[in-house]
Amino acid sequence: MLIAALRKEMLLQWRTRAQLMAVFVFGAAALLLFSFAVGPVAEMLRQFSAGFLWLGLLLSSTLTLAESYHAEMENHALEGLLLLPANPRALYYGKAIANWIQLTILGMALVPVMVILYDAGTTRIVALFFVVALGAAGLSAPGTLYAAMTAQVRSRQTLLPLLLFPLIVPALLASVKATSLIVLGDPMGQLKSWISLLVAFDAIYWSLCGLLFDRVVEE
Amino acid sequence: MGANLIEAENLARRYGRRWALADVSFKVRSGSVVMVAGRNGSGKSTLFRLLSTAIRPDRGKATIGGFELVREREDIRRTTALLSHYSYLYESLTARENLSVAADHLGKPRSVVMPLLERVTLAQRADDPVSTFSAGMRKRVSFARVLLQEPTLALLDEPYGQLDPEGFLLVDEVVRELKAKGTTVMLATHQLERGANLADDVIILEAGRVQWTGKASDVLTRERPGKAGGTAW
Amino acid sequence: MTESVMTSTQTEKRNPWNAIAIALLFVAIYFGLIVTVADQYMNADLSFGLPLAVRTLTAVLGGLLGAVIFLLGDRLEGSTSTITLLLVVAVVFLIIGTYFGLYVAPPEQFMGEVQRIMYVHVPTAWNALLAMTFAFACAIFFLFNGDWKWDALMEGSIEVGVVLAFLLCCQGAIWAKPTWGVWWDWDPRLTTTAVLLFAFLGILALRKFVDDPVRRGVWSSVATIIAYVDVPIVYFSVRWWNSLHQLQSNPNTVSKPFWIPLRANAFGILLLMTAFILLRARVASLRLKNELAPPPALLESELGEVV
Repeated sequence: MLIAALRKEMLLQWRTRAQLMAVFVFGAAALLLFSFAVGPVAEMLRQFSAGFLWLGLLLSSTLTLAESYHAEMENHALEGLLLLPANPRALYYGKAIANWIQLTILGMALVPVMVILYDAGTTRIVALFFVVALGAAGLSAPGTLYAAMTAQVRSRQTLLPLLLFPLIVPALLASVKATSLIVLGDPMGQLKSWISLLVAFDAIYWSLCGLLFDRVVEE
Repeated sequence: MGANLIEAENLARRYGRRWALADVSFKVRSGSVVMVAGRNGSGKSTLFRLLSTAIRPDRGKATIGGFELVREREDIRRTTALLSHYSYLYESLTARENLSVAADHLGKPRSVVMPLLERVTLAQRADDPVSTFSAGMRKRVSFARVLLQEPTLALLDEPYGQLDPEGFLLVDEVVRELKAKGTTVMLATHQLERGANLADDVIILEAGRVQWTGKASDVLTRERPGKAGGTAW
Repeated sequence: MTESVMTSTQTEKRNPWNAIAIALLFVAIYFGLIVTVADQYMNADLSFGLPLAVRTLTAVLGGLLGAVIFLLGDRLEGSTSTITLLLVVAVVFLIIGTYFGLYVAPPEQFMGEVQRIMYVHVPTAWNALLAMTFAFACAIFFLFNGDWKWDALMEGSIEVGVVLAFLLCCQGAIWAKPTWGVWWDWDPRLTTTAVLLFAFLGILALRKFVDDPVRRGVWSSVATIIAYVDVPIVYFSVRWWNSLHQLQSNPNTVSKPFWIPLRANAFGILLLMTAFILLRARVASLRLKNELAPPPALLESELGEVV
């Protein structure tokens, strides 16, 4: 069942890949705008680069998460699947994983933008990839749940960030700190503890949201 | 035909302050074809969505195939298929892909998809995205989806809607085939004569309540029920 | 109290739970406050020989249980005499607490007069957390049980909790400005409160945007559970994050002269909060009654519209 859900999600994502490109441009534009807030001071930009990257990714995620339900709600396809019957949990994890992959790709795509705009390069690409992946997972789990809710009500654009942003504060803090340590250096070896926090956050929310998903999509 | 497949008691469902179904009770014999008729807004679609377990009743209860409507939802879903106003289709996927997704979730092999598309005469458009389909073609894909599920109970909400004359014949054929296989079929339609010709029994809804139930043959011969002096549907 | 005419049967019988709650609160206030007052001002020992730890525990548990029983035992309809009583007693305690806090208690050694805000800040913090925890419990019960009283109570406690959290942030800012020179000092507890405030404001917004009562109740319960589970995680992550910089902590008020205003205000706000949650829950309950009204009888119906 999960495989079936994943296959569908991957197919849908592939078909709508132009959307991802547009969101990437949005994210890159956001990163550019952030630098205007600070000014062309190279050292300050470098200090804040991790923060900007994750803020950019967070803002982009509100677009991709909402979009991931667009296809489901157009013709009520999600309801159609539930009536087959399809296991709601499998549907949730399928979509959460797909969103996770999408956000990780987006995050890694924004890294070069960060490197160029803020002179924030690093050789520790593998470590950076892990942090981006873990942070994206932290956004994806509650985001997929809340996007399911907000896709079914009016004023969905405002409601999703309103619900999501306070919730993911720990993941945001940890991701920014971890990324910052990778880019700026980690003399005291704190990276591991921030990654542990991310892993804990992900573990808690991937299980909790999966448990609660069927209450959110069933009438 | 013998035992009742569906036994519904006092079903009610509201939308906001309006009761789409106020108090609906009826029984449906296993293997029969039942036409559900009524004006726009009489509650036909709500009733079908309720029976398919897409929504829950606010009041009342029902059993389908012995399974309770709310508590044993999963079991009902396994044996019930709904043809809804909503097409349940993904716009960016092709007809074949849409059905394959359903087949995957049902645990059926993808090889069953093409024969079904041929049955609803969409084989030559199988690999076009559904977004390019007309309303009638989408209806056909949705029909194929229902057949894919091989249900014990088929709930067809306005099956003739948006179809051309050939489509009408297709629906008649399919309903007869389903009946021959022993499937119970409930049809909500405004096509009274066609429906009554196919059906064994009829339920007429008005303002969320059952106004009349009886044999299909009676509907064709007796006076149209409804408000005095009112024309119909 | 003319409403008692409409709901006669419920109000005639005294609700036994209210009596139990009152008894518990009395015990809590006795051991939490009266013993301390007697000890300090009359040199009298009313403690029955119980050690401090036991007395404090009794006070805390008694207060908690008393408040919870008031909230659960109230039938969410009927006379408002319970609520009026709570409000009156609450105001009395707040007056006592304010008087002691502003005039009687000595200024603190290092911070001077500014520290007096702690007499409001700390009780508000305790009660805000209490309200949110109660909301969390109601959310869980609603998802498992489906009884509408949980939804009404949850709505009440989230709203009251949001107000308390907002007050907390304001108090924190008022304290921080003269002390640190900035309005916000990124103290982990205060920052967590701010995140909590936004999270629960979001839940209130969610409730506003969903019309169907079943969906509204289920969704906001889900969101409340998710948000509440997040609170400890947010706290630890902010504390970690802040520890890399200078840790500026809020003072603790532990010595005896500070107890009386603190506890008086704590009980005052507890009773006030309970009264407000009850009032708000009643309003929610009435609205739910209206939304969940049964379908009209056959004769009155006209196209299914509710008359």
